[in-house]
Amino acid sequence: MSESKFTFTIDGIEVEAEPGQTIIQACDAAGVYIPRLCHHPDLEPAGHCRVCTCRIDGRSSSACTMPAAEGMTVESDTPELNDDRRTLIEMLFVEGNHFCPSCEMSGHCELQALGYRLGLVAPTLPYLWPERELDATHPDIFIDRNRCILCSRCIRASRTVDGKSVFGFEGRGIHMRLNVDAKSLDETAIEAADKAVHVCPVGCIVIKRTGYRTPYGERAFDQAPIGSDIEAKRARGKK
Amino acid sequence: MMPTETETRTEPMAEANASAAAPQIAEIIDAIVKAFGAERTRLMDIVQAVQQRLGWVSDEAIRAIAAALGVHAVEVEDMVSFYAFLNRAPKGRFHIRLSKTPISLMKGAAEVAQAFAQAAGVSIGGTSADGQFTVEWTSDIGMADQEPAALINGTVVTELTAADAHAIIAALGQSQTGSNPLPLFPGADAQGAALPHASVASNLAQSGPIVFRQGRRGDGMRAALTRSPESVIQEMTKAKLRGRGGAGFPTGLKWKLCRQSISAAHHVVCNADEGEPGTFKDRVLLTELPDLVFDGMTIAGYALGARHGLVYLRGEYAYLWDSLQATLQNRRRLGLLGHNVCGCEGFDFDIRLQLGAGAYICGEESSLIESLEGKRGAPRDRPPFPTDRGYLHQPTAVDNVETFACVARIMEQGADWFAGYGTRESTGTKLLSLSGDCPHPGVYEVPFGITVNELLDLVGVPDAAFVQVGGPSGQCVAPKDYGRRIAFEDLSTGGSIMVFGPGRDVLDTARQFTEFFVEESCGWCTPCRVGTTLLEKILDKILGDRGTLADIAALEALANTVMRMSRCGLGQTAANPILTTLRNFPEAYEARLRPESFLPRVTLTEALAEAIGLQGREPVAEEQRT
Repeated sequence: MSESKFTFTIDGIEVEAEPGQTIIQACDAAGVYIPRLCHHPDLEPAGHCRVCTCRIDGRSSSACTMPAAEGMTVESDTPELNDDRRTLIEMLFVEGNHFCPSCEMSGHCELQALGYRLGLVAPTLPYLWPERELDATHPDIFIDRNRCILCSRCIRASRTVDGKSVFGFEGRGIHMRLNVDAKSLDETAIEAADKAVHVCPVGCIVIKRTGYRTPYGERAFDQAPIGSDIEAKRARGKK
Repeated sequence: MMPTETETRTEPMAEANASAAAPQIAEIIDAIVKAFGAERTRLMDIVQAVQQRLGWVSDEAIRAIAAALGVHAVEVEDMVSFYAFLNRAPKGRFHIRLSKTPISLMKGAAEVAQAFAQAAGVSIGGTSADGQFTVEWTSDIGMADQEPAALINGTVVTELTAADAHAIIAALGQSQTGSNPLPLFPGADAQGAALPHASVASNLAQSGPIVFRQGRRGDGMRAALTRSPESVIQEMTKAKLRGRGGAGFPTGLKWKLCRQSISAAHHVVCNADEGEPGTFKDRVLLTELPDLVFDGMTIAGYALGARHGLVYLRGEYAYLWDSLQATLQNRRRLGLLGHNVCGCEGFDFDIRLQLGAGAYICGEESSLIESLEGKRGAPRDRPPFPTDRGYLHQPTAVDNVETFACVARIMEQGADWFAGYGTRESTGTKLLSLSGDCPHPGVYEVPFGITVNELLDLVGVPDAAFVQVGGPSGQCVAPKDYGRRIAFEDLSTGGSIMVFGPGRDVLDTARQFTEFFVEESCGWCTPCRVGTTLLEKILDKILGDRGTLADIAALEALANTVMRMSRCGLGQTAANPILTTLRNFPEAYEARLRPESFLPRVTLTEALAEAIGLQGREPVAEEQRT
């Protein structure tokens, strides 16, 4: 019996899940979007951003790490949770130095897109204005830590997919930063084709000379809000 | 065969020292790594040994450690850079870390720190030009009953005065420059010098009927070994024993779940990372009754079918290392550890000590396990719980020092006897660490259910303005609530009770506790990493007399988000200093508020000061508005 599918509900919607799936995986497959930032479908979950936090049978837990279980009652799209999520997005904005209008990732950026989706008009929290380092030493790849949100996608991808461990954290707390496995990026084994380079949700790790191939206005989140692709599955299913 | 751990912290270094006359860093590190079996999971030990040998952990050292272990340097740096006591930059030959807590500050720590800095010729946080002294603040070091206190190269000095600071610096300055970059204090190098207070007072203020009763070493253990493991666990359930670290999880249930998990090995971990500011009862237990604690761990080993026990000892308690190792060694000699423990055929059990390195978060059980595995102390998401997948991904029961002491007593005297003390929900007694404005700070063993009033009477404090129960992560209790009880069902505490007398500022204390969480947030999750810093900023605005009603609302909303969205107990309680003072002392906030509907964080004068300075002119009238 343990290998058979089961169901649980999220915001009153019945969702089918397979054993071993997390809540976010089951909901993605069913076309129910839970806002998230550090989660990436090809990587092990890490539970950094907490944006996907839901109330699961009355207790708060991150949907990216919580295994789905039969009969669970999940609350996600509630005013209180969305307020908290908006505050988390706002925290990430004020923690770094994010200048959307001049950022080459504007329109591709998941942080920016979530800000729009969750109705973050203007930050109300005090800016921290940290000093962050750039690393342009690599011929093909550029790191701008001003935009890093410490989601560890690159760390996980480099370790588990690329088998290189180019990235890691350094320090703790508010002083934590993205570190590379050498003095600078050009001394590491990273290549532009690596998974680690392609999973950054913001504009921290970018491939040089590609930033404006898609003009502003024609980019993914210029066309539709973040999560629309997932929600489209359910819309299709209903027809 | 089970491994018999006989190592001490210095042996691997001694080997490394002996291996070469003038060894290169890579050779030194190779020897250290080999001394720890080239095990990636022993990275805490390896790095601490390297630091003790070389004084700090340089980039070169990190690369050498990584090479010797066959891992990436970035992974080693990830771990090393996490811990406050691991130096990524060279420090003075004498590293003075002063405990900074509301208690130490009320006892004059600021003046002592200034005196140390002045005598050493440094600013606080800096290292003297001659490389002799580093003077820094650190979080609570478990000496709240004898503040101001400091760690000097790992040795604890307590009840310091400004005069002591000058004497200590003078004595250390005269000490010979030995080969060891970090001489032990007050070791051979400093002999003959006048060094006051180079010891810790045990400070057991009041014994109680359970933990500190008279008993014989090993009695509880021998009683347990005559029963089945299942019935030992049943006895814990019957005694309604709950975890003494503060969370109060039922020990019997934890052990039952752990025992049920199928695995090649199970582990018993003693959480001696007593980091909650104001707590020091585990320090006293490990000083007075280490055998009782090891008895309890061994009983747990028997009950869970575990052969390995680990004690995670906070780095601040490194001074207890040698005596604990001696106790363990003695137990091996007496047959209380090792092969066929107490003659019980087939029961092999031994205990290893793991020293922490300055991280409050490692008191959280999953962070502690990560640290035991040689990683940064970031908590894990649950499930899976440690009872399913803990240390080395095997079933692990992590219990507090005091819990193990209770375990041994329960096996010695029976569950009914134990449950005869305390309340229905909170059986037994609790060791409370009393500090602050009270005449006899120390550890008091009292039955659960004692009211704050009764406790204050017991310690002789007639006029407490507020009492912090459970440390910064606990609650700030106002006089109107002194009738409340210390128990899991009312005021829950791991044992920290800080008493604040008349005239103490409740918001200053809340500010210091908030700063503590900023320092100790591991950084893994957004709400705690960023939220704690933002809480501090908003609180600063209010305490800087620029707060309005809107700031109070913003503070409360942010505090609630941090509480609801954080990943682990640290973040979920990091806003408690603010939330409980907002609830219990609203008048303290109101007294600070300005009547305006909005005030910017900084004044126009402040904002323009730099520009005006650069222009080399005086501010005009319009620029001086606030």
